[in-house]
Formats: sequence, C-alpha cells, structure tokens
Amino acid sequence: MSIDLSVWEIVIGLEVHTELATRTKLFCSAPNEFGGEPNTNIDPLTLGLPGSLPVLNEQAVELAIRVGLALNCKIDRSVFSRKNYFYPDQPTNYQISQFDLPINGEGWLELPSGKVIGIERAHLEEDTGKSTHVGGGGRIHDATYSLVDYNRAGVPLLEIVGRPDLRSGDEARAYVSELRAILVAVGASDGKMEEGSLRVDCNVSVRKHGDAELGTRCEIKNINSLRSLGRAVDYEAERQIDMILAGERIEQQTRHWNEDEGRTLKLRSKEQADDYRYFPEPDLVGLAPSQEWIDQVREALPILPAARRHRLCERSGADTAQAALIVERGLDDLCLAALDCGADPSRTITHAEHNLSDPKALELDPEMFAKLTKMDADGTLSSTQTKTVLAELVQLGGDPGAIADTHGFKAMDSGELDSVVDQLIAENPEQWQRFCEGDPKISGFFVGKVMKATQGQADGKVVAGLLADRVPNAAKE
Amino acid sequence: MSSAIEIAAAVQSGERSAIEVLEEHLGAISERESEVHAFNLVTTDQAIAAATAVDELVAKGGPLGPLAGVPVAIKDNLCTRGVATTCSSKILEGWVPPYDATVVTRLAAAGAIMVGKTNMDEFAMGSSTENSAFGPTRNPHDLSRVPGGSSGGSAAAVAAGFAPISLGSDTGGSIRQPAALCGVVGVKPTYGTVSRLGLVAFGSSLDQVGPFANSVAEAALVCEVIGGHDPGDSTSLPQAFPAVSEHLSDGVAGMRIGLITEMMGEGIAPDVAQRIRVAAERLAAAGAEVEEVSVPAVAYGLSAYYLVAPAEASSNLSRYDGVRYGLRVEAPTTGEMMELTRTAGFGDEVKRRIMLGTYALSAGYYDAFYGTALKVRTLIRRDFDAAYERFDALLSPTSPTTAFAFGDKTADPMSMYLNDVCTIATNLAGHPAMSVPYGLGADGMPVGAQVLAPALGEVAMFRVAAVLEGSLA
Repeated sequence: MSIDLSVWEIVIGLEVHTELATRTKLFCSAPNEFGGEPNTNIDPLTLGLPGSLPVLNEQAVELAIRVGLALNCKIDRSVFSRKNYFYPDQPTNYQISQFDLPINGEGWLELPSGKVIGIERAHLEEDTGKSTHVGGGGRIHDATYSLVDYNRAGVPLLEIVGRPDLRSGDEARAYVSELRAILVAVGASDGKMEEGSLRVDCNVSVRKHGDAELGTRCEIKNINSLRSLGRAVDYEAERQIDMILAGERIEQQTRHWNEDEGRTLKLRSKEQADDYRYFPEPDLVGLAPSQEWIDQVREALPILPAARRHRLCERSGADTAQAALIVERGLDDLCLAALDCGADPSRTITHAEHNLSDPKALELDPEMFAKLTKMDADGTLSSTQTKTVLAELVQLGGDPGAIADTHGFKAMDSGELDSVVDQLIAENPEQWQRFCEGDPKISGFFVGKVMKATQGQADGKVVAGLLADRVPNAAKE
Repeated sequence: MSSAIEIAAAVQSGERSAIEVLEEHLGAISERESEVHAFNLVTTDQAIAAATAVDELVAKGGPLGPLAGVPVAIKDNLCTRGVATTCSSKILEGWVPPYDATVVTRLAAAGAIMVGKTNMDEFAMGSSTENSAFGPTRNPHDLSRVPGGSSGGSAAAVAAGFAPISLGSDTGGSIRQPAALCGVVGVKPTYGTVSRLGLVAFGSSLDQVGPFANSVAEAALVCEVIGGHDPGDSTSLPQAFPAVSEHLSDGVAGMRIGLITEMMGEGIAPDVAQRIRVAAERLAAAGAEVEEVSVPAVAYGLSAYYLVAPAEASSNLSRYDGVRYGLRVEAPTTGEMMELTRTAGFGDEVKRRIMLGTYALSAGYYDAFYGTALKVRTLIRRDFDAAYERFDALLSPTSPTTAFAFGDKTADPMSMYLNDVCTIATNLAGHPAMSVPYGLGADGMPVGAQVLAPALGEVAMFRVAAVLEGSLA
C-alpha cells in the first residue's frame, strides 16, 4: 500500500444490516429461517398478495431495542414508511422501512482501542427476496430469465448507520467485529457474514489532513468478510487518492467489491439521488414502546463486550489487546472465575491468550485452571510441563497435580541440574567451544540434551541460564 | 322479497329452508342480471353448498348465526377463498385468493350465503361503475342510468332484489353514493371498526368496508356481524362494533342535529337539496334540535382527497407487475414485462390516479402536495370536532344529484370527482356516515340523505337514520 498517511486521511462510515434472529418475519407469521427450498417460508404477505396486511412482530421490536440500548441509542417513538421502487424480489414493489423517525436514534460504540464511534441511527426494515439472473451478464437488464426466492423477503433487518468516524481499514474491521460481538451478546443476530446475517456497506472518502470538508464518497457493496472490508477500504482509498493526484474529480458512486480481483468496480452513479417516494405506511400505526418495556429490556441485557474487557483488565492487569482477544474468545468468565479461586493473574492471562484457543477450553474447571497457574508461577512445573498439563486438562479434565504425577513431572532441584549440565559440557567439548564462540545454532543442542537427560522435567529457560553462566568471561567480550 | 332479518328468523325457525331462500334469489338474478350486470361472477355452486350446510345445521338443531341462510353479494375487491377476485381489473386475471377477507369469514360464520362477486369501478376508482374492465352495471331503477360507484354492483344487487344485503367498500363515498343513487341504505363505519384484512387496498388510510341493505335495521345487523377487532389488521380498533341494533327505536328527541351549510348550496341540485330540507324538518318534528352548521374545511376535502388517495393507491397498486400473479404480458426483459403488463392491465382512470399519486409523492413535491393534503386532513378533523361539540350528528345530501346517464361524466374526470363532494370529508376524518333513501328527485330517481357522526358515533348515526326511514312511511 502506497498511501502517505501523513498527508491523506481516509474517512469511513459503515452501514451494517443485520438480520434479527426472530422466529417469524417482521410483519407476518412465515418462519424466519436461513436455507430451505426456494419459496417455502412464505405466506400471503410475503408474496404481496392483494388484501394481505402487515402486523408488526413484537420480538423484532424487542431485539431492535436491545441493540439500541447496547449502542447507547435514544429509543424513540417511530413510524414505518414505504420506500417505493420496482424490483422483482420486492413483492409489493415497496419496502417497509423507517425513514424520518427511526426506533433507535443517536448512539455510540466503543472500540477495543477505546475510540468512540458515533451511531447515527439503527432502524427496522424488511429484507427483500433473492434474485438469480440467468444468462447475459448475470444482471437483470440482460438476463435470459430471472428466478426469485421469497424465503428471505420480509425477514426483519436492523440497519445500523454509523457516523463517518472511522479512519482506516483496520478500524473499520474493529468496528464491525465489535458490533458483531454486541449483536451476538444481546441475542439479536448470529452475526454470520457468510450467510448474510450481517451485511456491510462501506462509504469511503479521502481528504488531506486539516481539510474541513469531507471528500466525495463512494459506497462499496458486496463485502462478505472482515478481511474483505479491510482490503476494500485500502483499495478504494488508494483509487481515490490516485484520481485526485491525477487531477480527476471523484464521482459519487456505488461500487462493487470484487474479491477475486481485489478491487472495486463501478455499479452505478449516485450523482442523482434516487426518488423512493417515502410516505408513512398507512397499514401500520406508530410504534411507541413504553418506558416500562424499555426498562425491562435494559434490565435483562447481558454484560456487553466493552464492559467485559474493562472488567477483565481491572481484575487481572491484562492489557487492552489481551482483553480484546480473551473476550472475543469468550474466555473472560473462565479467567475471572479462576481469579476468584486464587489463580495467578499474569499466568492466567498468558495462558488464556496463547494456550486456550481450543473451544473446549470454555468448559475448563476454573478451580483446576487456577491451581495450574499457581503450580506454574511457583515453579512446581516448568513452562513446558505446564503447557502439557494444560492441554490435557482442556481435553480430559481432572486435577493438574494428578496429571503432572502421571507424567512424572516434578521440579528439578538446581544442584541436580547443575551436575547434568556440567557433565554434558564435559562430554561435548567441540560443541561447547562453538557455544562459547556464540554460534546460535548450537544452544538448542545443549537444551535438547538436558531435556533428554531429565526426561523433559527441566525448565528450558533455567537451562539456558545455567549454560550462559558457564561461558568464560573472556568469550563474552 | 323478505328482509335479511325475516329470512334469518324463518330459517332459524325451520319455516323456510336456506336452499329455498337461495333459489328464490338465484331466480331473481337469472331474471334481471343480464340487463343490470351487478355481478362479475355468480357463485351458484358454492352458494348451494353453503345453503345446504346451513340447512343441515338447522336439522341438527344449530347453532345458527344471526344471518342464517341470508344471501349476500360481495364486492369483488374482497378476497374470497377459491373464488376469483378481480377488482374489475384485467390485471388480476386468473388470480384466485387462497384466503377469505375477515368480513367474508364473519358473514359465513353468521350463516350468510355468498351468491356472487359484484361489479365495481376498477380498483374502486370511480363514481359510476363505468370504470369496470367488464362493462358497467346499470341502475335497476332506470337502466339508462349509472348505479353510482365504485360499489355500483353491490348497490344494484340489493336494489334489484338479487340479495337482501351486500358488502361494499368506501374510500371517498363508494358505498354511500351508489346507495343514494340506487335507493338503498349504505353505511361507511368509523375507520378501524371493520377489518380491512382481505380488502384489496386502494387508499389504505381511507378504505372501510360496510353494508348495503334495504333497511336501516338490516344494515345495523350486518355492521355488528362484520365489525369488531381483528388482530390481523393493525389499524383495527380494539373494541367491538358499537351496539347499534338495540338503539334503533330510541328516536331523536333531544338530539342536536346540524345541517351542513357547505353541502346545501352551490353544486347541489335544487331537488336534492329540497329533499334534505324535508328530512331536516321531519327530524325537528320528531323532537331533534336542527340547525345549520358550517364545517368550512370540507371545501378543501376534494383537493386533499385527490392527493392522499392516489398517493396511497400509486404505492398499493405497484405490486401488480406480472411477476407473481395475475396478468403477465411476456417481453424480452423483466423491466419491459412489468411495463407492458401494467400498460395492458390497468384502465385509464387507474393509470391517471397512479400518475397523480406518483407525482404527489415525488421528492420536491411531497411537501407541497402530500404534506399539504395531510394538513388539510387535520383541519377537516378539527372543523368536524368543533361541529360535534355542538351537535350529535350532521345531515347533508349524499350525492349532489340523482343517478346520471351513462357517459355523462366520463369525458371530464373533474365532473365525476365532484360527485363525491359530500362524502369525501368523512373518509379524510375517519368518521362514520351513512346514506338513507329519502324519496325521489324531480326525475323520479332516488335521493339519499347522508347522516354523519363523530368517530364511534354509530349509535347516534343509526338513531337518526332510523327516524328518517320511519318518517318516509
């Protein structure tokens, strides 16, 4: 990447659509399920049959409120509107959405780095069906024929519109990752980007540091993973900067991210705003959740990722990066429970960070984990031995002391180790000479020999120290 | 012919069978339907099956509903399971609903027998039933004249004795105006008292289903059967339909009734206005305090209506695109297919209103048109509220003229729209209103008196209507 970030500032705002994990669709009783044979999760409303009417799904409203509260939004009286446009996967040729009065107003989200990103709104709307255009360029305009599956039509969506507060691809990824964690935590969504439960539209513009005005933005669609998001932002920012440097004007466009080619391609110009002829949906009444209901939902909210990170840092001394990783893996509860059982804080965090990536680690007995961290910290076990015991503890459970015994692990007394080291030096004078001369390849030779002689019970770091102590002073200079 | 109430009583007591009643009405249909054309479809087989089921129930000793064995005609914009529902439009060609409208379900549960689907102006847009894709309905009182519209078929069916009761829908007067022109009773209930689930939408915030009947009492009974909360319609009010039947003989002594000034002057035929003045006098004679009252904002009703209703219609009718059901005109691309389908499937009036509505909602015009219309709506409600502080019910003509001849107003849409000048404000306000036959005009054609009431004021409205009905006898 060749962007000079000391000159250029990348400005990113994300619109994230999340499918809400309700049993039924937003305005009818057809099931909200992914997959299934085409056109099986449908009913009269899903097909936009004449005479059908929408009835709002209360569960969807509750999930929307949960997300709103988790994003510190103001929950307000809201109104559904019709967004009118013709497309075959839109059964009524209008989408019921929220326009000027969304359920969730201004809010914010805190990234693991501590940076706060503004949320403009998070509103309810219905999803469309899925079109498959066969023949031609795979687009509706030149297709030989088109197929439509209405299973997804009417599935509840929450569109979360973020402020353009993000400044890099990494930050954009961190934002989506944090948002996803929140959505999963409050039970609003399964957060699966690959199944389309979470869809990210990314607005990118560039400007020089110090510019007061934002640059002309392009909206990038078809971003299907966090990795693509970072790549797409970087590509698009570079494209725009190259254009500006070449003296060209940026046109406001909707662009399509092509994963294989690693670039964005123009879908359409957005210079003229689409006219969706919004007007209040006359088949629905205004939505005004009572304060009592909002308070109940707030009470029932689980602790959110940011709070979990803060809590872990406070209790264990973990740094923000460690806390972010551990919370993301869901290991923070285990760590906290282990600390309650007297675990060594630093060893607890180190093991959670490096040695507990197996999902089975979530089932670890905190008391046994705590016991192991203490054996590790007080030298009862070497770090190698600790890892071995921990791996077995994760897979099979049990008591770390007993596991150590079955392996015959015990801390070696230092006199014993001294004599082993001295003996090996005497037996291998040639190698010792090279070690003293600072040949880096040879140190492993001695550590390995010591390990073999002690059946793995020696601590590698201790052995390295003993070897270093024996190098004559002259050789060190 | 007997009334619905008499029929139900006779069927319940076993004096007459439902089949016998049905045959009598099918006989009337076969005699005159070819000249009246009230129906898009006569559902003889289904009707025989339903009547047989009622008779079997009678044989078993019930339970029987309040409309047991009563034939009913259903406007063709109400969904009927397994029976084509066309809205008198080519665009719904071949579509058969997989469900009944809530009002249809409730009628059937009450024992009523559907005899057919009635003709209408396409998608309920019109005041003469001349906008039907299947040809107009004729006024049974004079076949050279229109029956009114849009529920012209339902009004004509009752007037011709094809069924004692029928259902229509009223967005701007589509029940009351044809009731007036055909000399029958027609009711537009308070918005939200009768479910719209299964009513094919025209102007969703204005549409309301209601009955036609030969008498106020029959209309009251039908309202009670079809009305009341429906969880399937989000705009449905939580309560039961006001208990009107039990108050029909309460009289109007002590009631305050206002005669709407704006609906008695310019644009109203003198013979029609004269009949309404007679109605006012008779109400006063029956003990009501009758005075003229001005409801100034109703003057803007027509303009506001022709923004709100087409705006909602433009969106409601966008689903007819040839993709999922109904007519499809094949074309090389999906976009062209949609365009050709809509061009071939919709009639001129529907296209005119779609264009009006699309324009009214367009960016840059929304505030000036749709936004302003919503404000006028609020003003109309406010002016009515002010009137209802002083009056229990209001009185006006239903239609400015009696039934006009075919072709009289088709060349100039504005002259047709002006036919709804007395009825439209009610829909914008969401209030109830009904038309009661009140004698004949200079041409010997029926005149309708309109009784208006505040939201959920159906009891007062029916009391006034019942007195008017009695004062004619």
